[in-house]
Amino acid sequence: MSMTMAEKIMAKASGNREAKAGEIVMANIDVAMTHDLTGPLSVESFRKIGLKNVWDPDKIVVLFDHQVPADSLDAAANHIMLREFVEEQGINNFYDVREGVCHQVLPEKGHIVPGEVVVGTDSHTCTHGALGAFSTGIGSTDMAMVFATGKLWFKIPETIKFDIQGSLKDYVYAKDVVLHIIGEIGADGATYKACEFAGETTRKMSVSERMVLCNMAIEMGGKTGLVEPDEKTVNYLKNRTTKEYEILRTDPDAESLETLEIDVNDLEPQIACPHNVDNVKPISEVEGTSIDQVFLGSCTNGRLEDLRTAAEIVKGHQVSDKVRMLVIPASREVYLQAMDEGLLRIFAESGALVCNPCCGPCLGGHIGLVGPGEVSLSTSNRNFQGRQGSPEAEVYLSSAAVAASSALRGSITDPRE
Amino acid sequence: MKDKIKGRVWKFGDDIDTDIIIPGRYLVITDENELAKHVMEGLDPEFYSKTEEGDIILAGKNFGCGSSREHAPIALKAAGISAVVAESFARIFYRNAINVGLPLLESEKISSSFDEGEEIELDMDKGVLKNEGTGKEYEVKKLPEFMLEILNNGGLIPYLREKLKEEM
Repeated sequence: MSMTMAEKIMAKASGNREAKAGEIVMANIDVAMTHDLTGPLSVESFRKIGLKNVWDPDKIVVLFDHQVPADSLDAAANHIMLREFVEEQGINNFYDVREGVCHQVLPEKGHIVPGEVVVGTDSHTCTHGALGAFSTGIGSTDMAMVFATGKLWFKIPETIKFDIQGSLKDYVYAKDVVLHIIGEIGADGATYKACEFAGETTRKMSVSERMVLCNMAIEMGGKTGLVEPDEKTVNYLKNRTTKEYEILRTDPDAESLETLEIDVNDLEPQIACPHNVDNVKPISEVEGTSIDQVFLGSCTNGRLEDLRTAAEIVKGHQVSDKVRMLVIPASREVYLQAMDEGLLRIFAESGALVCNPCCGPCLGGHIGLVGPGEVSLSTSNRNFQGRQGSPEAEVYLSSAAVAASSALRGSITDPRE
Repeated sequence: MKDKIKGRVWKFGDDIDTDIIIPGRYLVITDENELAKHVMEGLDPEFYSKTEEGDIILAGKNFGCGSSREHAPIALKAAGISAVVAESFARIFYRNAINVGLPLLESEKISSSFDEGEEIELDMDKGVLKNEGTGKEYEVKKLPEFMLEILNNGGLIPYLREKLKEEM
């Protein structure tokens, strides 16, 4: 039977030869990730089940990234509780405050390989589909089930394949492509679908850029993002993982497959405007909008390529006096490489604040909150009302290049100028 | 959970996201009653003080989009919300709500059929939403049996504990 990549992974995980979209299967989980914000509820739910030990401590990853270092006594208490859980259960894959954002750290540390099923108590877990894993966000009660049994039920999703064709112009990136797609199909345009990114443009993208696409699958309601593994995937995994893996691909004649053609030849930088991610406009329509804060970072655009792009633009210039610019590398690895390349110095000299690897102001729970009436321009993935602080603030989303050029001028600025 | 739920209507629009239901800065909280105090704060800071036990939310499409935070259905339930009826739901929120014992039902264009504050009765078994004032009835999609059973037990964890007891 012809199957999609999502169906093949689900068939393998549930011990079946075949699997079809719409079927409900009980799948074995290969990686289960929880972090400092949703971990405490997961552990509480696990305790309520009444089992003493988790199913397999080596398949669980616990990581602190949302409130690091602890910014309140509540956060400190959550960290203490999770450290105790990790110790008690013998979980070796534990990353305390020092490593960075989960969706960057898990691939870097070799936890993610093609063909596996990954769940995390974070909706942007779909990022890991960039390496060909079926990867999805779940709640704390579902995670308690996984801790207890190593299994979770899934309705196998249908697949939308985005066949992305064309050459991106200078200063147009994966972020602009995915914002354009979300703007076209809407915030619920892919509800419960596997979003497979394909086509020559995707093939040309680095693994980091593919992560940007998959990261935002959830912003159109997707169950997981996916990119078919290729040589770039294999090169990325080399020296990072010792896990064996199987590369699975979508059959072109799979029944549950719908293909959408996306032409990016003439695409200009895209901006998601307040207060929904699908409220996407070309930059020419919002240019000149005054901003108070710029956030360069997050699991969407806090990678080395993003920092390089932004540093090249701000080098030798000063961030506008009206603007606070926060630069937050997504992981310690990114931070160290950016340091070696002199990027952190460029940012500091330009007047940006360089913070420790963490989620930062993305979810408005830690540093860099925006106040009433303020406008934030952010390279992260959500601009919901109140997302980065006050419900009376506004959040715009963009690529790293737009963020950098706008920080210099104090208003939304086309980096091509 | 009772088969029939009675309560007052609260109306919300499309794409009500999890940051509206419970903003990120409150996710350090794990106590459900503390979380409830901030429910829907993104749109209406007074919402918690206005809710009564049993109230029902009617909304548009894609309710609960965004984060996987289970704090969102927990806060709604602890604030006394007895059910959410919407045109459609985001999927992570949908699973989380059933898992914590908050009934979610789908119905076309339901929000425009009612005014805020009207008394309604939701019959989960029959799949009917009734306007107590006018007596007019509207169809809602029935939930599958296993989901009703999870809801009747108050959520997935009590349901599992019950199942484990039966097996022993």
